[in-house]
Amino acid sequence: MSIVNRPLSPHLQVYKPQITSILSIAHRATGLALSVGTLLLVWWLVAAASGESAYLTVAGFVGSWFGLLLLFGWSVSLFYHLANGIRHLFWDMGYGYELPAVYRSGYLVLAATAVLTVVAWIAGLSAWGMS
Amino acid sequence: MSRSSEMRTPLKRVYGLGSAREGAHEWWSMRLTSVALIPLTLWFVIGVISHAGADYESFTTWVASPVVSILLIITVAVTFHHTATGVKVVIEDYVHVEWVKIISLVALRFGCLILAVAGIFSILRIAFGG
Repeated sequence: MSIVNRPLSPHLQVYKPQITSILSIAHRATGLALSVGTLLLVWWLVAAASGESAYLTVAGFVGSWFGLLLLFGWSVSLFYHLANGIRHLFWDMGYGYELPAVYRSGYLVLAATAVLTVVAWIAGLSAWGMS
Repeated sequence: MSRSSEMRTPLKRVYGLGSAREGAHEWWSMRLTSVALIPLTLWFVIGVISHAGADYESFTTWVASPVVSILLIITVAVTFHHTATGVKVVIEDYVHVEWVKIISLVALRFGCLILAVAGIFSILRIAFGG
């Protein structure tokens, strides 16, 4: 069978980025980021099971500027994937397919991500400061 | 495969290769794990936030309390089920070199299983004070 190099559709190089397409690929990107983030989750649990010194190593890493940066990225990813995942569940039930509704829910997901991230970090940093 | 020399009809060729009656299985398990992860994730995030900067003693005491242990184990199990299914779809969509795809899918499956077992074992060990 001969391989025909037909152009892919849509042409991503010339296709105007839209909130619908950007949010769609962001769901996958954040999902992949969170998959990598599960490594920290398991490292943290294994360390806590291994003993205090291992636990403090992980706590020291998470508290470093790099650890906090990773944690911030993962928290944004988590809240986005959570909010957009709920959006997907509504689509699965047959709601929200009209174009204005798709745009509205898209902006709602972005707003929810921002609010949840800010609230989580205010709460987390104040708990951290009090300990 | 040249179609002109093929005496069998397209229908004949697909007989026996068709539906295994489980085509919707992955789709459904993705929805089930998604729904389960909504409350589990929110509970987990709140739990982690309230233990930000916690010392070893107070953290392990929290993990070891029965309700927390049970919910953590469920969270880890469902998370890795969701991860394995989600990343599988991404690999199937974007990796088109057959042997790379197979190796990626096997590595994903093994990786998720190992991480899930490691996480759950750790929770149990903290809970039972191993």
